[in-house]
Amino acid sequence: MRKKIAIIMTFMSLASLVLTGCHGRKGMEPFVIPEEFDEAAAYNITFWAKNDTNKTQTDIYKKAIADFNKLYPNIHVDLRLYTDYGKIYNDVITNISTGTTPNVCITYPDHIATYMTGDNTVVSLDELMNDQNFGFGGDKLAYDGPTKDEIVPEFLEECEIGDDHYALPYMRSTEACYINKTLVEKLGYDVPDVLTWDYVWEVSEKAMEKDEEGNFKVNGQKVLIPFIYKSTDNMMIQMLKQKNAPYSTSEGEIGIFNDTTRDLLYTVAKHAETGAFSTFKISSYPGNFLNAGQCIFAIDSTAGATWMGSHAPLSDIHESKKVEFETAVRPVPQFDTSNISMISQGPSICIFNKEDAGEVLASWLFAQYMLTDEVQMAYSETEGYVPVTTKARNNPEYIDYLNREGEDHSSHYEVKIQAAKLLLANSENTFVTPVFNGSASLRDASGQMIEEVTKARRRKITVDDAFIDKLYGNMRSLYRLDSATAAGRDASDKELGKLPSASRNLLIILLILWITIIIYITVSKQQRLNK
Amino acid sequence: MKKSIIALLITTMVAAAALAGCGKGDTDKKSEGVMTYSEYVQASLDTEVTIEAYVQAKQGWWENEGVGVATLYTQDKEGAYFLYNAQCTQEEYDKLAQGTKIKATGYKSEWSGEIEIADATFEIESGSYIAPAKDVTSLLGSDQIIDEQNKFVSFKDMTVEDAGNGKAFMYKYDDSGSQGDDLYFNVSVNGKSYTFTVESYLTGADTEVYKTVENLKIGDTVDMEGFLYWYEGVNPHITKVTVK
Repeated sequence: MRKKIAIIMTFMSLASLVLTGCHGRKGMEPFVIPEEFDEAAAYNITFWAKNDTNKTQTDIYKKAIADFNKLYPNIHVDLRLYTDYGKIYNDVITNISTGTTPNVCITYPDHIATYMTGDNTVVSLDELMNDQNFGFGGDKLAYDGPTKDEIVPEFLEECEIGDDHYALPYMRSTEACYINKTLVEKLGYDVPDVLTWDYVWEVSEKAMEKDEEGNFKVNGQKVLIPFIYKSTDNMMIQMLKQKNAPYSTSEGEIGIFNDTTRDLLYTVAKHAETGAFSTFKISSYPGNFLNAGQCIFAIDSTAGATWMGSHAPLSDIHESKKVEFETAVRPVPQFDTSNISMISQGPSICIFNKEDAGEVLASWLFAQYMLTDEVQMAYSETEGYVPVTTKARNNPEYIDYLNREGEDHSSHYEVKIQAAKLLLANSENTFVTPVFNGSASLRDASGQMIEEVTKARRRKITVDDAFIDKLYGNMRSLYRLDSATAAGRDASDKELGKLPSASRNLLIILLILWITIIIYITVSKQQRLNK
Repeated sequence: MKKSIIALLITTMVAAAALAGCGKGDTDKKSEGVMTYSEYVQASLDTEVTIEAYVQAKQGWWENEGVGVATLYTQDKEGAYFLYNAQCTQEEYDKLAQGTKIKATGYKSEWSGEIEIADATFEIESGSYIAPAKDVTSLLGSDQIIDEQNKFVSFKDMTVEDAGNGKAFMYKYDDSGSQGDDLYFNVSVNGKSYTFTVESYLTGADTEVYKTVENLKIGDTVDMEGFLYWYEGVNPHITKVTVK
């Protein structure tokens, strides 16, 4: 009996060690650039990418992979497509714990900060960028990529976390206000070059007037939401930036729960109450309402420009619901028109570390290839994106594309090109929020506060100081923003999701081990008593 | 003594059976404070509603910042209710077998034409009901079909059309997806074509309906069942396809 238990206990102890070992990937050795790239070795690298539910973008990724493979026949890139950054983030987190991250991944810098909780999980790119052979403009590259100086500095800077770069910018966009100019003018207003928040609220409220039959006077329909915002996190972040109010520090100190935020929430609540304002989460895509003549100010990404306007090439609403109107494209509303400020967003590319340095180098070669003119121009032209390199921006082919604005309702759709031009003209007016472990949660909370006050007023719930105080408390608790700094949070908190299965198995085995010990002691005692 | 015990046991069992029967017979009766379907329909948007209904299908469960939420297709004998992101633990979700009765309180909302109950909480009650599929083929293209929104419905003798890519279906609405994504396919009746969806959260790539649609051919005649979801118009989430 004793022997059996001893064997079982030994087995369990060994199993525990083996399982722990499986998950013992606490950190990897830092990546060191190989002197040569082994062209005889076969490298299979995985690329997790995001597209905007846009088949052309999918085709561009596939073409880029095929073209790259012609240059590097020993590197095979396996594409996995997502339409949601959040899903990529969740899958990466899951795969970090099992050591099965992709090689190359489209991501947001906010997310990389969380990926970096494991040592050397994400490859620092600074040495690679500057490498004589394989860096930007490197001697041994098989393609004509950009030099470091040819990457828009503001966009490259966004990929810095601490003192190092952990990503390459891939595409950049911002938000734009897509305006039904026809309805604005019908209300007796002009559309200024730069909108103010007061202007947007005023016109929106004016549009709420109804006739005796309950139709909105301005559009003659039963439905009108004059102002719809797609990404309310951006709405709050940009308003705070424009007000020069606290949001967070780069060290992760949370500053959002302040009086300026409170005042902004009251303003939003006031206009939600009248029905003049709503959000994507509450009502639906701004473009659907805009194109049906049921929205006047639709704020969405410039990367969504092909969905905006009477002649938008992409649309979710039936042709019979579309109305004819003139679309104006403007920067997001401002508090100070002399100091324009708008968010910079769009996909970046990061590289995950692997045991085989050659595999990492192959990943880098592919990531860098995505910055070549051909890929940059092709992808940016699918939406209101802009290339992240001056090399592509100055390419005559790209300049020709911009000059052909409005030539057709597909490749040269005017709203799309206007949206791209908006960002090209305002690159120096863009900003990003500080990146730290927890910054993604803070972003979520900033949008959720707008959603909550909007829903509350629609539901006739009072939004007062008590409501806001409670909301602040809920946000701190739900998004774990209650500590002085979010950056100091333990890496094993909810950002990493559920315990990995190996850890769960280990806990189960330990539990079984303890039960076995207790049974053994009980049985032994019983045997002694029987003697 | 033995006889007495046997008699007592039989009495208890009969009483229990009777009580259980009462439960089933009461499926139509709403508890106090619960709306009838008609009252629910008449309720304004953004008002609080409390309903009792029976789970017909579960679209999915996930955690949002540590809070579990579930999306459910529910129905009583009068009509259907779509619960979007109702608060629900994994344990509760696992208990929600088809037919399970629940009492839910939330806010009546509209998203792209889909009427749903948002921010709901619910409790499980005793009782069971599985709705039969209502044939709404003749209502396609009419204004009346919106009255059947969210119900479990069927469509008969429809013809599979080109999905727009030369095939009978596409992954994602614009053919940009891959296996595992939602399937979109076009079917016609009486000369009019409609786009139906196999919603991957509801019926994923390993389900029979998903595989059946992947094997459809243009020109096939099919019968279908599913839930009458709405997105800027009728957009059924198909759960069963039978090729004739």
